[in-house]
Amino acid sequence: MERIIFGDNQFFAVNHISDEKSRAQAIKFKDDSAIIKTLDFARDAGINSFMCTTHNRISKICDIIRSDPKKYQNFQIYPCMPYAHKYANAVTELGITGTLKQYVPGNFFGSLYKGGVAFLSKDFLSIMELLIDAEMKMFRGINTPVIFLQNVITDLLIGLGMTDFLVGFAKHIEKKYNTEAGFITMNLPKLLPMLEKGGIRNPIICASINKINFRMSGGKDLYEKTLKEGKARVIAMQVLGGGSIPPREALEYVSTLPNVESILFGASSKENIDNTVSIIKNFDRLKENKKLTTNHLVSTVQ
Amino acid sequence: MLKVGLIGAGKMGISHLAILGANSRVEIVGVCDTSKIVLDVLNKYSGFNCFTDYIKMVEETRPDAVIVAVPTKFHFVMVKELLVRGIHVFAEKPFCLNPIQSEELVQLAKSKGLVNQVGYHNKFVGTFKEVKKLVKAGYLGKIEHFQGEAYGPVVVKKKGETWRSDPLEGGGCLMDYASHVIDLLIDILDPIVSSKGSILKSIYSKNVDDEVYALVELSSKVNGFLSVNWSDETYRKMSTSVTIIGSKGKIVSDANEFKIYFKTDHVPEGYSMGWNVKYVTDLTSQVDFYLRGEEYSAQLDYFVAAALGTGPNSINTFESACLTDRAISIIKNKAK
Repeated sequence: MERIIFGDNQFFAVNHISDEKSRAQAIKFKDDSAIIKTLDFARDAGINSFMCTTHNRISKICDIIRSDPKKYQNFQIYPCMPYAHKYANAVTELGITGTLKQYVPGNFFGSLYKGGVAFLSKDFLSIMELLIDAEMKMFRGINTPVIFLQNVITDLLIGLGMTDFLVGFAKHIEKKYNTEAGFITMNLPKLLPMLEKGGIRNPIICASINKINFRMSGGKDLYEKTLKEGKARVIAMQVLGGGSIPPREALEYVSTLPNVESILFGASSKENIDNTVSIIKNFDRLKENKKLTTNHLVSTVQ
Repeated sequence: MLKVGLIGAGKMGISHLAILGANSRVEIVGVCDTSKIVLDVLNKYSGFNCFTDYIKMVEETRPDAVIVAVPTKFHFVMVKELLVRGIHVFAEKPFCLNPIQSEELVQLAKSKGLVNQVGYHNKFVGTFKEVKKLVKAGYLGKIEHFQGEAYGPVVVKKKGETWRSDPLEGGGCLMDYASHVIDLLIDILDPIVSSKGSILKSIYSKNVDDEVYALVELSSKVNGFLSVNWSDETYRKMSTSVTIIGSKGKIVSDANEFKIYFKTDHVPEGYSMGWNVKYVTDLTSQVDFYLRGEEYSAQLDYFVAAALGTGPNSINTFESACLTDRAISIIKNKAK
C-alpha cells in the first residue's frame, strides 16, 4: 500500500465535529467536477490511492476515471462497502427483510423462502457475496488493490461474534476479485484476535489512530501496544481527531508510531492537501535519518 | 456477570446486542424476535439461544436484565411482565403510547426496586452533557427562551409501510423523532406543562406526521419552540440541536459542536467572556467498544453497571421518560 491514501469524507459531508462545516462541504462538492478537481490536486501532490465508500455518486466518479485511462493510468481505488447510511435508512423505512428484498439482486431472496430451512442454513454467506458483488459493480475496469469492509459492519460483526462473515468477506474478495480484503474498525484491539482466530494472518486494518485518543476503543495505550506487536498492516485514519488537533502535532504522532503502514486523510483545498503531504514526508524523512544514524552508531560500536 | 436477554432484534435491538456482546461483564442468555431469518442468522453465526416467545425466553433463561427494543405499542405489556418477575429493564424510546401507561410502570419499577432505563441516548452525548452541566450550574442566568430542533432523512419518499408509519404503534415524527429533543430539553430545563400551539403535518407519510412544530411552556413558565422534520433530505443523518437563551448568555449545541456565549466574565473554568466553542472530541469519554457513536455504548455500560449494583440509576429513568410521554401527549392533543 502507498504511504499516503486520500479519503472521501469531505466529498459526502461527513464531518465529525461540525454540522455547519458538513453543509459547507455538501455545497462545495455538489458537482462531480469539484470532486475530480480535488482528486487532481491530490494526484498532483503524488497521491495515487483514493479510498472511498460505495456512495451512489462514486459510480459517476468511476465513469469519469474510466473515460480517461491515460490520465488515470496509475490511479487506484480502495472501495469501502457498504455506504452504511443507505442501508440504515432503508432498515428504518423498510425493516430488515424489506431492505434485503430491495438490495439483494435478482430473485434470490424469493428463492430463499421457497428453499426452506436446509437451504437457508447454508446461504447467508452467499447473500453477503451477492451484496458485495452488487456494490463492486461500479468499479469494473478500475484497479482496486484492497477492498474494505466499512466500520459499522465490521464492528457490528465483532460485537455479535460473527467471525464467519469477517472471514467470508476476506475469502470472497480474494477469490472473486483476486485482491486483498481490508477491514475498517473503531475497535482494532478486539478485531485483530478475531481475524487471527479465523485464520487471517497479518490483515489489512484501517483504524482511528490519533494523539487525542478519539475513537480508539479500549484506549490509546492498548492501540500502541497492539501496533508494537506488528501483527497487522495498519492504515491510520482520523489522524487529525476530526480536525481538533493541529496538523503538525497530529501527523508527528502518527508518523512516528511503529508499524503504521499508511496514513489516510481527506482535505478539500489544494493548500491543505499539499501541506499534509509535505508534513508527512518530512516526518518520514526524519524517521529514516534517525534509523540510519542509529544503524551507523550500532555498526561503529560493533 | 449480568445475564441479559433481548426482545426485538430490529435496528436498535441488533445494535444493542452487538454492544452488549462485546461487554465482558455481560452474558447474553437469550434473544427473542418474530423474524425467522434474523433468528436463524443470530443462532447460526453468533450461537445465541433464540426464541419467538419472550415469556418462554424469560422462563427458560432466567435473565437478570432484559432489553426491550420492540415497537412502542408492545412496551407496556412486556415491561410490566418483566418488572413483575423482578427483572431489570432497559426499554427503547419512546417509552409508552400514553403517559398513563408510563406512570404505572414508573410506580411498579419503584415498588420493586428494579433498575429502569429508556434509550434516550442523547443524554450520553458529550456536548449535551456540557449544556446540562452549565445550565444547571446557573451560568446562563435566568432562562428566557429555548429552541429544540431535529432534522433528518428518514421518510423522503412516498412508500414503505412499517410500524413507524402506524400511529397506533408509536410511529410518526413526533413520537419517534421529536421525542429525542423533547426529552433532552426537559432534562436540561424543566418539564413541559402546556402547548400554546402545535402543528403536526404529513409530507410523504399517509397516516403519520412527518413534521412537528410547537410552542410549549415549561413548569418554570419559560416558553420555547420545537421544530422537527424527519423528511429533510438536506441532512445526511439525524441532526439534533438545542438553543438556550438566558439573561447571562446563550448556548447553541448539537451532538458535535457546543457553542456558548457569556455576556460577563462570570464563567466556568476553561471558558472566557464572549463566544466559546468546544467539540465532541473534547467532551467525549472513551468507551471500550464503539458502534455508531460513543453514546450508544455509554448508555448500556451505565445500565449494566446499575443492574450489577456498581453504578447509579438516575439518568433516563422511566420517570424521566414518563415526562417525555406526557409532553408528547400535550403536543399531540393541542394539534387536534
